[in-house]
Amino acid sequence: MQVQAHKGDWVQIYLVVLEAGSRAPQVPEDTAKVPLEMKVKGSLVEESAAVGDTVSVETAVGRRITGKLAAIDPPYDVGFGPPPVELRSVGAELRRILKQEVPLS
Amino acid sequence: MRVPMDYASVMARRGEIMRSSVGIDYDKFTTGRIAFDYERMMSETGYALDEVKRIQRESNVGDTPLIELKNLTRLVRHISEPGRGARIFVKDEANNPARSFKDRRASLSVHNALMKGYKGVVAATSGNYGAAVASQAARKNLSCIIVQEVFDSLGFEQPEIAEKGRACEAYGAEVLQLSVGPELFYIFLLVLEETGFFNASLYTPFSVAGIETLGTEIVEQSRTLTGRNPDAIVSTHAGGGITTGTARGAIKAGSPDTLIIGASVDLHGLHMASDRDFNRKSFTTGHTGFGFPFAVWPDRSDVPRNAARVLRYLDRYVTVTQGSVFYITEALAQLEGLERGPAGNTSLTAAFSLAQTMDEDAVLVVNETEYTGAGKHPYAQIAFAKKMGVEVFRGDPTEEKPGKNIIIPLRPEQIEAEDVDLDRLRESYVKNAGKSLGDEALMTAADIEFLCEDTRLSRKRAEELLSENGVSF
Repeated sequence: MQVQAHKGDWVQIYLVVLEAGSRAPQVPEDTAKVPLEMKVKGSLVEESAAVGDTVSVETAVGRRITGKLAAIDPPYDVGFGPPPVELRSVGAELRRILKQEVPLS
Repeated sequence: MRVPMDYASVMARRGEIMRSSVGIDYDKFTTGRIAFDYERMMSETGYALDEVKRIQRESNVGDTPLIELKNLTRLVRHISEPGRGARIFVKDEANNPARSFKDRRASLSVHNALMKGYKGVVAATSGNYGAAVASQAARKNLSCIIVQEVFDSLGFEQPEIAEKGRACEAYGAEVLQLSVGPELFYIFLLVLEETGFFNASLYTPFSVAGIETLGTEIVEQSRTLTGRNPDAIVSTHAGGGITTGTARGAIKAGSPDTLIIGASVDLHGLHMASDRDFNRKSFTTGHTGFGFPFAVWPDRSDVPRNAARVLRYLDRYVTVTQGSVFYITEALAQLEGLERGPAGNTSLTAAFSLAQTMDEDAVLVVNETEYTGAGKHPYAQIAFAKKMGVEVFRGDPTEEKPGKNIIIPLRPEQIEAEDVDLDRLRESYVKNAGKSLGDEALMTAADIEFLCEDTRLSRKRAEELLSENGVSF
């Protein structure tokens, strides 16, 4: 993983918005125990920085936000995963049912 | 003097931030302590139907196909009593620019923002609405910021929401990705205050007026394709917008007798603000975690008066299981050649069950599809659920326990739409209305009239319930 970013690089920063213990009164216990965290992407403002440094980014709409450098060129890595075995045969099962049927007029 | 930015201070300023970011003086519609003139609010601050159509045509939104699902209908008839099995149609809303019905709402919100001179729009949404707002803002050269709830304290991102964030960024929006918690609203307020942008809330009169065309198009297309008005429309219910807007549209198109049936994914037992539960649900919207609270108190939204008020329109409300929706999503792809959803197929799953009880010549319309893609797909959701320790297996869907397991039905006849008692929701509404009065538990005649309109309760029953809740009138 790239650890050094330069001015203008597309990066993601991370910040804690509310510390654990300062959460809204209505949140359940498990949520109250952890901080409210935020991530946002933008172009690095500083000349250079390493992952973990406190930096500023200029976001897609031109706002400046400060946080810790979390990732450089962060990828979109959600995928489809494997076709689950629990669904794999559903299509064939339903087609078998329909084959026993006269088609709609 | 510096304005304090801490949680409590910002929340205390919510009223004024809302007023300037929505541009509606909600106070002028107030007619009692809880009462307000809903229809006047809709007509004075929303847009008339012809105007909505014009704006949407200009934005390439709407006029989507109504598709008859002939193989699913055959399957329904195979498992129904002779003479039963309604014709099922689906409104293919995935054909909108950002690929869901949410474009209808976004096109109006963004148009309104532009007309009122706002430089940008902000929306608090983890769903399709974010992409819709970002897409419309891009066309109209407005800046766009989307605030999402995406990941838990271990850093795991809900795959569907991560995909929506990607879509928003693809349209040039700034995306603020948050961990779990209702304080998302605090960040939302901070952003509105700092930028002076328009609050593209899902719940403004513009947003709901934008959905009315969905109802009018369904009725018109049903007449063209079948020669009759739809007997029933099934609508996925979360915040209430699509159901309210579709129902209002159907009425405006001259089909007041079409039954309006809401459907939500059953997520009982999961807490919507829990860091742990967040990633143990496979549906991020269209579920009971939003559906119930928004039905029983619509004004919990991000605007003072929610334009989406489902108890006015719902004739029936049902739930379906997560596993059943995945099964029907697979069936839609395999039997109809339509890879859509999954969340948008909640109403289709309910329709599959409901059609079995309706006559063969009846017309049952499902009012939306949504796009599918990486992360936003049953395969991705099932893989993620397994990673989070949720068991997935084939079996009897009535045994599904949200957060613990996902049960994919063994056979189509196991899919069942479970009725929710609307009267119990109405009772909860009255209780919440009572609570909203604070210490002075007193309602005016206008309040009671409003309460009856907002819940469809008889006056007698409303008065009984108010007395039970210690409210005098």
